[in-house]
Amino acid sequence: MRDFVSQRAKVIPPSGIRKFFDLALTMEEVISLGVGEPDFSTPWNLCEASIYSIEQGGTSYTPNRGIQPLREAVSRWLFSHYGVGYNPDTEMVITTGVSEGLDIAIRAVTDPGDEIVIAEPSYVSYSPCVTLAGGIPVPVECMEKDRFKLKADRLMEALSPKTKALIINFPNNPTGAVMGREDLKAISDVVIDHDLLLITDEVYSELTYTGTHASAAAIEGLQERTILLNGFSKAYAMTGWRIGYLCAPKNICDAALKIHQYVMLCAPAMGQVAALEGLRRGEDEKNRMVQEYRVRRNLFVEGLNRIGLPCHLPEGAFYAFPSVEKTGLSDLEFAEQLLKDEHVAVVPGSVLGQGGKNHLRCAYAVSRKDLAEAIKRMAHFIATNSR
Amino acid sequence: MDEKDLLLLRLLEENSKLSQEELAVMTELSGEEVKCRVAALEEAKIIRSYTTIIDWERAANGGVAAIIELKVNPERDYGYDRIADRLSKFREVKSLRLVTGVYDLQLHVTGKTMQDVARFVSEYIAPMDRIRETATHIIMKTYKENGQNFCEKEAGDRIPYSP
Repeated sequence: MRDFVSQRAKVIPPSGIRKFFDLALTMEEVISLGVGEPDFSTPWNLCEASIYSIEQGGTSYTPNRGIQPLREAVSRWLFSHYGVGYNPDTEMVITTGVSEGLDIAIRAVTDPGDEIVIAEPSYVSYSPCVTLAGGIPVPVECMEKDRFKLKADRLMEALSPKTKALIINFPNNPTGAVMGREDLKAISDVVIDHDLLLITDEVYSELTYTGTHASAAAIEGLQERTILLNGFSKAYAMTGWRIGYLCAPKNICDAALKIHQYVMLCAPAMGQVAALEGLRRGEDEKNRMVQEYRVRRNLFVEGLNRIGLPCHLPEGAFYAFPSVEKTGLSDLEFAEQLLKDEHVAVVPGSVLGQGGKNHLRCAYAVSRKDLAEAIKRMAHFIATNSR
Repeated sequence: MDEKDLLLLRLLEENSKLSQEELAVMTELSGEEVKCRVAALEEAKIIRSYTTIIDWERAANGGVAAIIELKVNPERDYGYDRIADRLSKFREVKSLRLVTGVYDLQLHVTGKTMQDVARFVSEYIAPMDRIRETATHIIMKTYKENGQNFCEKEAGDRIPYSP
């Protein structure tokens, strides 16, 4: 029989955390700092709104773009919070999580052989999505000495005549780095000068602890060449509902919408209702969660530095990204051994692209009690395993 | 009163056992600042006391608690204040509120047995001047107290890793 698996599917690497995942499932009392999702349940008023809509028979397809009231609410929210204006009827698609938004964004703009530059360390999906779309992923490293921000000179080095787009994600998974207006301005000059498209994944935008989030789309001259991706998973603790949105200039949005129509049809109807309730009456609850993440960040990062894992104070998202260099172990060794010996699950930075080496991604979206216990176990691990 | 004060209050309301050092890290203040702010909040009687929320049903202490509604004739010049003051002096009265609606005062009363509570109401509360009517509701089960959900199920299993 022939080998039916496509070359494209073959060349994308398997997830680097698969073996850890399997190992963790065999263990008891694991404290997992490996999950990139809030530990809070979705605020109950959002669930109620959704349950009511199901009771009322709201279980059908929605318009491809998503329900009108949600698009209008997103449009108003983006304008009032970040100062960016998008027409809800022509420049927006509600997607099945930011994951789908990312996929259709990349597919809408990538031709075979196009180079797409990806700021790393990063979320694991960017590179495979580019490959699957026939493009060539080109990493650009965000350095620890720059507090993991993307710098214009580094970006310049990654460009070639084939470069078509740049993908960034700030606040960043996994480093927690944030790019302010000035940082983005420096990048925007390069993007505009080289006639590039910017794909900005801002799903952690509301989890910004210092000042307010600066959206890349709000930087002068960028909106016309930007695809803005955002969603409800992180800010509203709605990971399982799969609701995100893509905003882009009309011609790009039309292309993304075509793909969305064929592959997804629409985002889940009941999730869209919950998301709308989140925008209408979820602000207080969201702020409460953000405040709690900040408290946990302070506790956890202080703990990491105290036990000898140097870690800068992340300004956004809910990840700490400590260095394990001083322990003499590689991040992969550290993560695997820590899981086996102390039953604490973290993600080795190497699997998150360039610049991730010798670091661990620790999601502090777990209870304070578990964070304290994790620090205790990690301290014990370092005391017994450092070289 | 600023954002840091509000955060301190929220953290202490949830867990009054947090140390000064822990609070300092959590709120991004120095230990000394935490000390001063908490002292000021105590001084202003915003922080009333440091207490513990106990699920007495789970402690199987056999105690009984009741909500008692009182219809009261208010007093000229004093309204409900003097009678509320008298009622609040009873140790059995755990909380006391003036409310809008069909009755006036709401008491939360505890006792060792149902008879205890009944006796307390009939012997002390009902005969008081100005109390027109009482209605006693024995608490059968507490689902939530002071923001603590007593009956919440453990959240569903989360996956150990995700990208």
